[in-house]
Amino acid sequence: MWLLLKYTLLYASVLALVALGGMFSERSGIINIALEGIMVIGGLMGVVMINILNAAGVPVALGIILTILAAGLAGMVYSSLLAFSAVNLKADQTIGGTALNLLATALAVVIAKRINGSDSPKISYNSTTNKALCNLDFTFQIGKLTLNWFIVVAVVALIAAWFVLYRTRFGMRLMSCGEHPQAADSVGINVYKMRWCGVLISGVLGGIGGMAYIVPAVGDWNFEIGVAGMGFLALAVMIFGQWKPTGIALAALFFAVFRAMANIFDSIAFLNAMNWPKEIYNMMPFIASMVVLAFTSRKSRAPKAEGVPYDKGSR
Amino acid sequence: MADYVIEMLNITKEFPGIKANDDVTLQLKRGEIHALLGENGAGKSTLMSVLFGLYQPEKGIIKKDGKEVHINTPNDATALRIGMVHQHFKLVECFTVLDNIILGAEPMKGAVVDRASARKRVLELSDRYGLKVDPDALVEIDELMEIMRGFKAEGKSILFITHKLAEIKAVADRCSVLRKGKYMGTVEVADTSVEEMSRLMVGRDVELVSTKGESTPGDVILKVENLTVASKTSKKDAVKAASLQVRAGEIVCLAGIEGNGQTEFVHAVTGLEKPSAGTVTLLGKDITHAPIRQRSKLGMSHIPEDRHKHGLVLDYPLEYNMVLQRYWEKGFQAAGFLKGKAIRSYSDRLIEQYDVRSGQGSVTVARSMSGGNQQKAIVAREIDKDPQLLIAVQPTRGLDVGAIEYIHKQIIAQRDAGKAVLLVSLELDEVMNLSDRILVMYEGEIVGEFDPKTTDTQTLGLYMAGAKRMDKEG
Repeated sequence: MWLLLKYTLLYASVLALVALGGMFSERSGIINIALEGIMVIGGLMGVVMINILNAAGVPVALGIILTILAAGLAGMVYSSLLAFSAVNLKADQTIGGTALNLLATALAVVIAKRINGSDSPKISYNSTTNKALCNLDFTFQIGKLTLNWFIVVAVVALIAAWFVLYRTRFGMRLMSCGEHPQAADSVGINVYKMRWCGVLISGVLGGIGGMAYIVPAVGDWNFEIGVAGMGFLALAVMIFGQWKPTGIALAALFFAVFRAMANIFDSIAFLNAMNWPKEIYNMMPFIASMVVLAFTSRKSRAPKAEGVPYDKGSR
Repeated sequence: MADYVIEMLNITKEFPGIKANDDVTLQLKRGEIHALLGENGAGKSTLMSVLFGLYQPEKGIIKKDGKEVHINTPNDATALRIGMVHQHFKLVECFTVLDNIILGAEPMKGAVVDRASARKRVLELSDRYGLKVDPDALVEIDELMEIMRGFKAEGKSILFITHKLAEIKAVADRCSVLRKGKYMGTVEVADTSVEEMSRLMVGRDVELVSTKGESTPGDVILKVENLTVASKTSKKDAVKAASLQVRAGEIVCLAGIEGNGQTEFVHAVTGLEKPSAGTVTLLGKDITHAPIRQRSKLGMSHIPEDRHKHGLVLDYPLEYNMVLQRYWEKGFQAAGFLKGKAIRSYSDRLIEQYDVRSGQGSVTVARSMSGGNQQKAIVAREIDKDPQLLIAVQPTRGLDVGAIEYIHKQIIAQRDAGKAVLLVSLELDEVMNLSDRILVMYEGEIVGEFDPKTTDTQTLGLYMAGAKRMDKEG
């Protein structure tokens, strides 16, 4: 039971972080389908930074903060490509995002191989290879429950996102750009700037989310598999959560339960007794997302102007 | 000279291929309501965007209280105490009224938007002008003229942009007219007749009332019997066993207040919706369940109510929109490939013949055209198909007098050519003016039939409001 809770919270924090990122981008009017790719880049940067800081022998607390910041920064830099193509070049956002997804995994494999100096795109950061800073440093225990720092980051991000969106000037302006950019422009809001901000925030959260997926769970990562569809699952979480922080928190928990089952079904007696192949459990979160979205999408209300490049001159 | 609050002198603003404003001058007196009149696409919105800092003019200056000012952004305009109420749509739908009011100029308390003090201020203002604003309701657009008179009484100047002559007569003091980007002059509204203003706007005499000869109805073209259509929004039927006939050479008008089933009735006749009971017969053939293309081939033309949703593919060029219902015909395709040249020359002919104005002719993207010209394009397409039956739903909604006159003439010409015309309109003037027979629809039923020559708008109004009804099949 503790194990189920551990993995549920772990995956919920990943999904919540990335879905919040998607929310900021789409609330500003830019569809961010590149979340998957942004996660890969953020995860790669996080892992690489762990190894660099391990070699430098920095204190654990500082190491944790610096690696998380680095992952967020890498995601932000990568997302700027989307912002540039979608806002400045007015390119099709879905195509731009898809291109970034393709690029991310390829880029990560090349970089991982180069770092390893071999043909293996797998990077290790576990307690046997790393003495000063390793994956276990990101987790901590409360009683029998294993938690990790990314859960704390996700909770803070959820509260902050709610506050920013509904209580600050920035949030109000951001939402107006995703709903009706012409109206926003007519009251002197710089739509291009707000959309850039929305995408960059999604880059930061997506990058951290990528690291949150890779680091606390395992001690090495093969970048050939990217982040295995978590970015797309986060999009489903965002839609199911109706582009709202509270909705996203609940939706993230819901999908995380399914995702966690894949990890631990063999340690739950009755699931193990059914003797289903592992693949069934691996598919579960995605099947759940299809079923849930099929039933809820009719009532779904996306930001009205998302996906439409803003052009001052058009009527 | 300081009598003028705002002066826009010799403003010229060009867009690629068009001079939207060509040497336009506008002077606004203190405490007046000043109307800016012009046809769709005459440059009214452009001029206002210049005043509000959304566009920068190539030539000309703006003066506030006699001093030259530079307005580069809407914030500059707000700082000069110029406020703008936008043409419809410029409100964020899912925001509350309060959020829409404060957007862009949010009062702050630290990092937080101070909605409490904003609400207080909005309530104070709405008390002062006698408005009923509920700051927490989602947006709704309401009675403007009363507000404008309230503003005027406080010494504020108002510039009021419209192409509706009646509104100008009702509320404005002076009126400046634009035509095709050029300044046509300023008149005192009290001394100027509606006809004179419309002549200034359009550049020629406009017949505000169409003239037509007697109708000579022939065979029954469209026969609808006991048509029933379910409502999408409620459990009741939107159309309840409605029957009518339209004969060749007559204009039958379906009148009624919006939302009494006219839309659903037309959808069922044209095939956009499935009726739950009843039959539709066109030229003797039962088409109740026929696909739309078959109806079109049989000779049904449809000028739809929502020209953006059902009339045009907005992001297609004009030429493709012109052949939307005929691209599969021999002349326009061979072995599945479109014949570009044939389509282009056909479209060019329609543009020429029906005077559809657009920036780049046949290749203009429909979205970029003015509403009036979009409608003209649809009318051209539907009439040129040489239909037996023309169904026109609110064909002149949102258009200026010049375009209305044109479309009315086309509809009458169709009738005179022996076509059957079913017109659906909410405008009583249009109903009285065009039709040979009037049917009134109320809550999905046809409650009365009238001859426009022997009835008046008051009588029609009673039936439309449901206060009276004739016995069925009387």
